Amino acid sequence: MTDQTPALRLEGIVKTFPGVRALDDVSFAVLPGEVHALMGENGAGKSTLMKVLGGIHQPDTGQIFIAEQPTVMTSPLQAKAQGVVFIHQELSLADELSVAENIFLGELPRKSLGRVDWQALYDTTDAILKTLNVGFDARTRVGDLSIANQQMVEIARALTVDPRAVIFDEPTASLTDAEKVVLFDVIADLKGRGVGIIYISHRMEEIFKITDRISVLRDGQYRGTLETAQTDEDEVTQLMIGRSLDLSRNASHHEMGDVAIEVRDLSCGKLYQDVSFSVRRGEVVGFYGLVGAGRTEIAETIFGLRNPSAGSILLDGQEVRINSPVEAIRHGISLVPEDRKGQGLVLSMNCRDNMTLPQVDDLTAGPFVSDGAEVAIFDQYRDKLDIRTPGWRQLVGNLSGGNQQKIVIGKWLSMHPSVLIVDEPTRGIDVGSKSEIHNLIRGLAAQGYAVIVISSEMPEVLHVSDRIVAMYHGRVMREFTSEEVSEDSLIQAISGIESDQVA
Amino acid sequence: MKREALLKQGAIWAFILVELVFFSVAGEYLSVSDKAFMDFDNMLLLLKQSAPIGIIALGMTIIMINGNIDLSVGATFALSAIVLLDSMTWPFMQALGGWSVPLAWLLALGTGVVLGAINGLIVWKTGVDAFIVTLGSMLGYRGLVFMYNGEQPTSHLNWDLVDFAEAQILGLHTATWFLLGVALFLWLLMTKTVHGRNAYAIGNNREAAVNAGIRVGPHFLINFMLIGFLASLSAVVFYSESGSVNPNDGMLYELWAITAVVLGGTKLTGGYGSIISTLGGVIAIQLLRKGLGHIGADTETVNLVIGLILIAVLFLDRQLNRKGKEELKT
Repeated sequence: MTDQTPALRLEGIVKTFPGVRALDDVSFAVLPGEVHALMGENGAGKSTLMKVLGGIHQPDTGQIFIAEQPTVMTSPLQAKAQGVVFIHQELSLADELSVAENIFLGELPRKSLGRVDWQALYDTTDAILKTLNVGFDARTRVGDLSIANQQMVEIARALTVDPRAVIFDEPTASLTDAEKVVLFDVIADLKGRGVGIIYISHRMEEIFKITDRISVLRDGQYRGTLETAQTDEDEVTQLMIGRSLDLSRNASHHEMGDVAIEVRDLSCGKLYQDVSFSVRRGEVVGFYGLVGAGRTEIAETIFGLRNPSAGSILLDGQEVRINSPVEAIRHGISLVPEDRKGQGLVLSMNCRDNMTLPQVDDLTAGPFVSDGAEVAIFDQYRDKLDIRTPGWRQLVGNLSGGNQQKIVIGKWLSMHPSVLIVDEPTRGIDVGSKSEIHNLIRGLAAQGYAVIVISSEMPEVLHVSDRIVAMYHGRVMREFTSEEVSEDSLIQAISGIESDQVA
Repeated sequence: MKREALLKQGAIWAFILVELVFFSVAGEYLSVSDKAFMDFDNMLLLLKQSAPIGIIALGMTIIMINGNIDLSVGATFALSAIVLLDSMTWPFMQALGGWSVPLAWLLALGTGVVLGAINGLIVWKTGVDAFIVTLGSMLGYRGLVFMYNGEQPTSHLNWDLVDFAEAQILGLHTATWFLLGVALFLWLLMTKTVHGRNAYAIGNNREAAVNAGIRVGPHFLINFMLIGFLASLSAVVFYSESGSVNPNDGMLYELWAITAVVLGGTKLTGGYGSIISTLGGVIAIQLLRKGLGHIGADTETVNLVIGLILIAVLFLDRQLNRKGKEELKT
């Protein structure tokens, strides 16, 4: 492959922002027909590099080559005209418009007098969709499609030009396993057509499944390129964070306490049915399943955001009715939500105010909130959780994902809950901070908290849980202890395959 | 970050300074009167004239920080004024003698609180957007104003009240004291109390606030009652002096109030904003009006210029913000 002309090559790219050297002499090349992974922790410079490629930022020095022709990128549209196309993690589609209109948005085929040539539009679109082998047509309203199919629309949009290089930014973040398979087929197909592919992801299993080479960035610097076939996760991780990540099984060795929370035959309409489980103090119970299996909905029910249609929740053996988060919090239940920025944090507020938000009522002196009491709580949990921030006045939106997550966790710990539910604890968090969050969760269990962890990442669930509840289509398929669980049996359970051991 | 915040908070005051300098200099050449623009009495008067819309704008700030809007304040203002003036002519009130004045005040203020509570309850219990709810109540409350006395003005002059309204304590007019007092109260409320903290949180991220166990509805209700109270307080202060209310009075006040709030840097989307900056916005608008009048512009020109400046200021703000964000994303 080495004697080929690279589809896309970057040479000596430097980009500085006031106070930060975001990209420091980055060079790498993507060959035609190659899937090239770009990895690095959050803040390593991946997104800046992509913005340079897309012409949103201009590099201070360095050069971009397309098929060895030096090229200056000025905008994503111009990059697309040069054959460099982006498939972003966050989809940017107009829900109310048809698939065809979305694909040709801004460049609809015209007839005389500025009229849209609908026939040509639908025909070309259907031709492109046919190559992607998707189950919808040009006239479908985009809002009616699943996330995975919407992503296909984005990919189809990339194919309206003859792309030389396609950049996928965390494309599987919100896909189910079955949908991933379809996506990987499409990537393989693009690869077969000689397109160079840059694949950005945090997920090691995918990287090793579909990529040919892996380039790693750390702190804005290019750290090297590895042949995927000749390396392993450890080597990549070390390159990314400078050390290796511990993801071994990790059953608790400490004594477990009484059952803190028990759920009996809980149902919520069509979302989930007859769910029963219990969590003891000092125990971490992992919920594993595909997106849409009903895990988050169970957490929301326990936290009072949804009303169950049947079943009961018992705290310390007492049946309780929880109708709102206010009541859940009063019962000592805390929820670290899945979408940190959308559901967990008030981004316009500083770190301290976010942390004390649920209990600010109790931190008053006369009619006013007591500054001192708030700062005391913040300091305590900043030290306890090792939150790295210049000070409590820092806006929480300026922190890294890992530190933001610690703020949310600290917010609940400072309320001294008995049950802590953590939904996707490390989503969008870089590898280094991931293990910190994992250790934190293990540590909380050791201190006697009953912890429920919901995760879509198998290594994570295996790593942190004492027991694992496997869910499929709103039902609990099986419960595993950490000694008996195997990856195979877990995958079978969440794919709805009944095994003999099902209770 | 801190420097940036200071810059944003300071911008409106810098703008006021520019206005003062400009009108003083331009006044030298263009003014028809030979009094200086920065005349002390003129400035005191300016503060007094800022009060009616200013008091409402301060209330609008907390509503907008909370993520809502209230379009019914102008109608509430008019209806409270009618209650104030008309109630003093009721036979049983007149029988009370000197007590009729404070009672009329209470009735008028109570009217504002009730009208605000109606808005707040509807927004809370139905979940309909505050824009729609208060658009409806704006029309509805204005309808009540016209039902009361048709097209006729409602008048009653009470000389005790006039004396009170025209008094100057420590140099400042009564209305100015009310404006400053309300500003101080709301500033404390928004920056130092739990209610203020939660209002910001709800305005910026309602879902996160709910997840933190904050009850959204009661905060909405309190804020709508507060702005209703302030709309009627504004009316009470103003009509104590003028003694006559036309059914069209207070129209467009909601838009002037929103203009002042936005000029002060509060975001329409909620979660951001400052009481003190709104005070700056109120003074800036009044300065523009007075200043343009001073150099001989007519009312139509004044509105045109204020409109242009509002758009220009928001455009600048957007440019500055975008730059800040881009740097953050590195």
